[in-house]
Amino acid sequence: MNYAYYPGCSLKSTGRAYEESMLSVFEALEIPIEELSDWNCCGATAYMSISELKAFALSARNFALAEQQFKGSNDVNLVVPCAACYLGLNKARRYLAEHLEIKETVDGALKQAGLHYSGHVHIRHPLDVLLNDIGLEKITAAVKKPLTGLRVACYYGCQIVRPYAEFDNQHEPQSMDKILTALGAEVIEWPLKTRCCGGSLTGTVQEVGLRLSYILLKEAKKRGCDVVATACPLCQFNLECYQSEMLKSYGEVINVPVAYFTQLIGVGLGLSSKNLGLNRLFTPLKMPHPVKAVQGGQRVHS
Amino acid sequence: MEEWRGWRKIRYESELDPAFASEIASIPQGEKLFSCIQCGTCSGMCPISPYMDYTPRQIIAMIRAGFKGDVLGSYTTWLCASCYSCAVECPKDIKLTDIMYAAKRLAIREGIYPKRFPIPVLANEFYKNVEGSGRNSEGRLILRLFLKTNPFKLFKQTSLGLKLLMRGRFSLKRESIKRTDELHRMLKVLEKVHMVKSKDELARMKEVAS
Repeated sequence: MNYAYYPGCSLKSTGRAYEESMLSVFEALEIPIEELSDWNCCGATAYMSISELKAFALSARNFALAEQQFKGSNDVNLVVPCAACYLGLNKARRYLAEHLEIKETVDGALKQAGLHYSGHVHIRHPLDVLLNDIGLEKITAAVKKPLTGLRVACYYGCQIVRPYAEFDNQHEPQSMDKILTALGAEVIEWPLKTRCCGGSLTGTVQEVGLRLSYILLKEAKKRGCDVVATACPLCQFNLECYQSEMLKSYGEVINVPVAYFTQLIGVGLGLSSKNLGLNRLFTPLKMPHPVKAVQGGQRVHS
Repeated sequence: MEEWRGWRKIRYESELDPAFASEIASIPQGEKLFSCIQCGTCSGMCPISPYMDYTPRQIIAMIRAGFKGDVLGSYTTWLCASCYSCAVECPKDIKLTDIMYAAKRLAIREGIYPKRFPIPVLANEFYKNVEGSGRNSEGRLILRLFLKTNPFKLFKQTSLGLKLLMRGRFSLKRESIKRTDELHRMLKVLEKVHMVKSKDELARMKEVAS
């Protein structure tokens, strides 16, 4: 299997910990992966609001570059951790495959750049790769420090499973739950796994975005989670960085750590916190004390 | 007594644009909007509909009736965070998120959108950012957004900015791909191309859908 890594803009700035932890986990599991050279913006959300064809062309340039970088192999797996990029690229790939008129126009544009895309690129989310290519068995075998007792709220966000359910259930996704359970964590039941966090609204129209993120955190906290695990840099940013704003607006102390699922896997694999970017979190991730007993639904720590 | 005028606008037929629906429907699978049964599942699923000036269901009805200025000038289309909840639940398989995008693009093209509203400003800045260098520079984008819409907000966000800076998560560096000339040549070809379907094709699709 060929894996090319597509970072997108967030994983190089606000979401650096996602990049660091994902690459460390891939290395620990001996999955070869190399960054797509000279990648460009995927053309997602904000760009799509101005020009759709150009957004598809931007995606297509990435596909063409991936095929070039892995010349001679039939299929290239583009590993895309950012949910917005994942959907943006996936949408473009589907439109190019299904709508001939779009494919022709985009091909014409690629030609101007001396590029060609022949349709052999697959868009893969790291959740998909870890669960379906690597498998729980291999991950379990590599566990050094099980996440025993850590109560995790798995938050998938919207764009990984919607509108295309490529590898997981649209209403009740399970991939992250399965991986983190295999690492020994206790996954909490909560119904907001794929509810919108507000996306870029938190930065633009804060009163709307903030409330959406607040609802998620409040419900997760109510169910006694120690950490919210995310799979998208924007979700992570919204849920983690505005907790002090939430205190101001809603008068409630949230103080829940929000980590990337790859960081939690890394902790389970015994990787160093520097390699996982744990120092970049606002609220430090604390491993729970071992549970001595459960009395009346409450955990008693030793 | 004047208040009621604010919450319900009366439009006469002469003010409507009969071609508007076809313009929006010309995106791939856009013709499905003619099969909408106005059940309101989209509005019920939408996490943002309480904040919208028109609910998603109303937007479809308004597009079909030709309320061009009202739809393009609304906050609704811009508030849509594209979470696709409506699109996956629609019993008639209408891709409402894509319709919202089509409306946003038309609004930008025709210059009919709420002007100082931060979301279209963000989209425009993002677009310019990528058009120039092939990548988006997050730090610069946020800075420009605040300067253009609400400079006061910059002060409010200083502590957040500092926290991010201390953790190596914020920079004002200009991100760029290496072969920008290649990108510019590519995008230039697409400058004037819009995906518009012919009138006959649309009329046929409309018939099939309804």
